Amino acid sequence: MSTALLLEQLLNGLQLGVMLFLMAAGLTLVFGVMGVINLAHGSLYMIGAFACAIVASATGSFWLGLIASLVAAAAAGAIIEVVVIRRLYERDHLDQVLATFALILIFSEGSRWIFGSFPLYLDIPPVLQGAVPLPGGGLYQLYRLAIIGVGIAVASGLYMLISHTRLGMRIRAGESDREMIAALGVDIQALYTIVFALGAALAGLAGALIGALQSVQVGMGEPVLILAFVVVVIGGIGSIKGALVGAILVGLLDTMGRFLLPKTLALILPASQAGMIGGALASMLIYIAMALILAFRPRGLFAA
Amino acid sequence: MMPRETLVNTVLALLLLAIPLVAVAIDEPFYVTLSTRIAILALAAVGLNIALGLGGLVSFGHAAFFGIGGYTAAILATHAFNAEPLFFGLEGTTSMPWIWLVAMVICGLMALFIGLISLRTSGVYFIMITLAFAQMIYYFAISWPAYGGEDGLSLSVRNTFPLLSTAKPLPFFVVCYTMLLAAMVLFSLIRGSRFGAALQTARQNETRLAAVGIVPLNIKLAAFVISAIVTGLAGALFADLNRFASPSMLSWHMSGELIVLVILGGKGRLFGPLAGAMLYVMFEYTLGGITERWQFFLGLILLGVVLFIRGGLLGLLAGKARYG
Repeated sequence: MSTALLLEQLLNGLQLGVMLFLMAAGLTLVFGVMGVINLAHGSLYMIGAFACAIVASATGSFWLGLIASLVAAAAAGAIIEVVVIRRLYERDHLDQVLATFALILIFSEGSRWIFGSFPLYLDIPPVLQGAVPLPGGGLYQLYRLAIIGVGIAVASGLYMLISHTRLGMRIRAGESDREMIAALGVDIQALYTIVFALGAALAGLAGALIGALQSVQVGMGEPVLILAFVVVVIGGIGSIKGALVGAILVGLLDTMGRFLLPKTLALILPASQAGMIGGALASMLIYIAMALILAFRPRGLFAA
Repeated sequence: MMPRETLVNTVLALLLLAIPLVAVAIDEPFYVTLSTRIAILALAAVGLNIALGLGGLVSFGHAAFFGIGGYTAAILATHAFNAEPLFFGLEGTTSMPWIWLVAMVICGLMALFIGLISLRTSGVYFIMITLAFAQMIYYFAISWPAYGGEDGLSLSVRNTFPLLSTAKPLPFFVVCYTMLLAAMVLFSLIRGSRFGAALQTARQNETRLAAVGIVPLNIKLAAFVISAIVTGLAGALFADLNRFASPSMLSWHMSGELIVLVILGGKGRLFGPLAGAMLYVMFEYTLGGITERWQFFLGLILLGVVLFIRGGLLGLLAGKARYG
């Protein structure tokens, strides 16, 4: 096994982790501030991807598509918050799970109705096409590197927003005591809508970025949604730092598990069996990790 | 005069029995299959209702037990059909009672293991960790090629039950209906027992339960295991109904649907799962007949029920749950 291949897989894991962070940040923010568990987050990811694909193919500009994905997902998020989520703040988690499960059905079937079952395609913008040489030989897709860059930028931006701005101060205050901040004259409803739209925009951005790597289709958000939940739970619900650490952990674990487990098992087992067992084990790996972490730290790694 | 809930319950139970009988009389076997589907889904939901309705344990991973039950039926039948021993020289079987026993034992053991870890957590963490376990089993099933992988595993003929010809729709319906009634009797026995009282207290106030000297974890674990066993039995029947164990039985959508059944009907109510399953299959059938996009409307209806009709269908028909 060459170092270049290993490095490439590590970067792939990092890229998956960064994308999961974009999803998980919104989920964990919404949970931390409003106490709402939102299964429909994957639908916002899908909306972002669709908006980007449609605008990009209409205008020919990926960048306009990217802006459209942010706007569309944020708008959809704000609408969901005002129409549905707002009624769920005082309800138990069961009602939240059900209502947002219903939203998934509505969004998935709705977009299948509008766009059909055929996937749309989104091209990587010309500037980011091509590959970069890796140390030790081998090439790496420039676009994937750019995704990692966007993820790092968003993570630092979120950090700045939450720890150094007035909005961030209010978000933190809302997390610790929502009655008190409302009593201090902050429009808590508007704050909730903003936080929800912000999380939605991040999910939409993730969807648009990944849409250029995979195809844009109905149901694309669901596998990512479940991974993002694993990330949020591993990191500790409500913690942005936890989401970042959890996302990188899950991204690397999943990618490296799929890459290394069959190879490792091949050392002790016949090749066909090693591939089978390694593959099965690798696809279960992150869930095993999650169960282990929760068994020892029932509130995640960085519980508030 | 009997209380309104008893009346509604009796009507529901008789209705489900009457549909297939009429269907056979007018030679429309499709409705027998539809009723069997209702009975099996209701059975699965009765199982979930023990954990969710009585114990307040929002398991988002009950598809795991449903699917394990289904795969147990399919795997045992496949081995019997191909005359391949399973392991340690054990033979497969096509006899339903044996299959049920094996499915229930496996589901019980799995639930014991999953419950021991999951019940250390609560709230959203519990929802998510049960989901994670179910996903683990789902991915195992689709990436393990020996039993069909992503294609699932089909049964060449329906399994047998002593003295009945289960290949015909009506006898198989009677089997499923009887199991449903048995599970509902079990549910009502549990609800009325000391164990049931402890379980409902665990939902309402764990500290108080612990203060009277009962360990909440043990009570919840027992409920989780019983719940999984009932859902696993339903899974075995479901595989027999479709003559197919599909990985979708293990998917998180299935877990969501099981919760939907319980809530649509009315959680914690004896007949809630049956009411929910009837309503759900009716939506699926009527809306599905009108439009391919029936799930869109199901979503709207579900949203309406969650936001505005608390207590589900039984709450609507029979009023608030009575206690005592």
